Amino acid sequence: MKKYSLALLYAVLILLAVLMVFPLLFTILLSLSDNADIMNGQYWPQVLHFENYAEAFTKANLLYYMKNSVIVAAVTTFCQVALALLAAYAIVFIPFRGSGIVFGLFMSGMMIPMDVLMITNFQTINAAGLLNTYAGIILPCIGSAFGIFLLRQNMKQIPLELKEASDIAGVGQFYFFRKVVVPLSKNSIITLAVYCFLVSWNNYLWPLIATTKDEVRTIQIGLRMLSASDTQQDFRLVAAATMIVTIPTLILMFFGQSRLQEGLTKGALK
Amino acid sequence: MKHARHRLLGAAAYLLPALLIFVVFTLYPFVLTCVQSVFTTNAKGDLIGFGGLDNYVRLFQSALYRISLKNTIVYIVLTVPGTMVLSLGMALLTSRDRKGMGIFRTIFTLTMGISVAAASMFWTFMFHPTMGLLNTAIEMFGGEKIGWLTDMDIAIVSISIVTIWMNTGYCYLILLGGLKSIDKTYYECADIAGVSGWQRLKRVTLPLLSPFLFYVLVISVVNAFQSFGVIDMMTHGGPANSTNLLVYSIYEDVFVNYNYSFAAAQGVVLFVIVTGISLFQMKIVERRVTYQ
Repeated sequence: MKKYSLALLYAVLILLAVLMVFPLLFTILLSLSDNADIMNGQYWPQVLHFENYAEAFTKANLLYYMKNSVIVAAVTTFCQVALALLAAYAIVFIPFRGSGIVFGLFMSGMMIPMDVLMITNFQTINAAGLLNTYAGIILPCIGSAFGIFLLRQNMKQIPLELKEASDIAGVGQFYFFRKVVVPLSKNSIITLAVYCFLVSWNNYLWPLIATTKDEVRTIQIGLRMLSASDTQQDFRLVAAATMIVTIPTLILMFFGQSRLQEGLTKGALK
Repeated sequence: MKHARHRLLGAAAYLLPALLIFVVFTLYPFVLTCVQSVFTTNAKGDLIGFGGLDNYVRLFQSALYRISLKNTIVYIVLTVPGTMVLSLGMALLTSRDRKGMGIFRTIFTLTMGISVAAASMFWTFMFHPTMGLLNTAIEMFGGEKIGWLTDMDIAIVSISIVTIWMNTGYCYLILLGGLKSIDKTYYECADIAGVSGWQRLKRVTLPLLSPFLFYVLVISVVNAFQSFGVIDMMTHGGPANSTNLLVYSIYEDVFVNYNYSFAAAQGVVLFVIVTGISLFQMKIVERRVTYQ
């Protein structure tokens, strides 16, 4: 490639990168300023006010919301992976009549948008007395057709001879599942877990519907409450809170990027 | 026979948890939503009388619903091409392993990790009428301030900008993965045949990338139909319903108006639209795979 066209390439890339990170950088600047500066259009803080972050944690109850989010995202991830593992295992390794139908059923469920189901799921959760509980936020979100699909793809790579040999050796079903299939599916499990945690942490509509009390609300809904309250005018505080909400998933993205790319690309091709 | 039954029981134990969740939180609510849509309901959502297609008739006569349908289409037209072009451009520019590409790839995927609530806050700061960066910049160059979220004609454009920014990360990741999965020998053949530059992009890269492009297209359209968070965070459907989209309208009918059956009918219509698009995608992909 000629020198000037390479320079042009980098120029375009830098421009695009700046465009993408600008909203993020602007918020970081706001989160380190004080309000007087912001009002005067002084975006570059004279002194870096890191205490804004501490204040956001205490004033906006962020620690509380964050605890809820960690619990909800971790439990959702664990259950989703476990359920998908078990189901995919049955579909691949236990040949029974109708396994194709069961798989098709799961996949067709993927096509029904969650937004369509939220009306009746809300009624179900409400009737079961699970409104404002972790269970109410988590349960409707632990079925994952994508997870079953991804793990099934992976398990199909495991030679069936292994299963036949273990059957002959009289090894129990669950032992084979735990000692052979799960370790061999490690990569897909991690991909699915990263993706699921990300989606769950960032989930907005369902946690909003399933809660009316602050005690169980996730950090996303906490941010919504903050942006709708009087504190909204306290820009540096809201900006700091926004960064606190974003940082955990950015770290996760940073480390899980290549894995996600591989897993999601596979999912895209079907 | 006995063996088969034993195996079925064995499989059932593994399938039961996932199946249970599927039945309770997907199948049952789906069926119930369909049922509710042809009934009338009270404020708690209990069925009180058969209504036939009344809800659907009322739906398509409702001026508000037609507005939200129109808004959603405008929103799709504004967001989908933008997201596609931006993410494809980024993927093409960063597909080769050159110096520093790792940083650009990380930056371009970044928005995938950002929640809709946080993304909305980032852009609320950008769009803010007085202290926002955009208006400050416009004023600096002597322009008129823009009511990004308060002007009826502009609000949906602003919402679309946020959406494009937010969705680019995911689409970029898929397309980059797609580009990397293309067999290098195709490019070598192209080199030997003396095909390069635009021609290579048009005749080799894009056709081979087309299943991924198509997937990204469908996902973007389906996601746009289901957008809720940005609206709820930034505009609440306003000003004057100019950003009221389909899912926001369902949400309002359930949780503000307590009109369950009416919302259920909207849900069914949304389902039909989204499923139609997904089935259409499958048909096309099937055909491609067979003839390749």
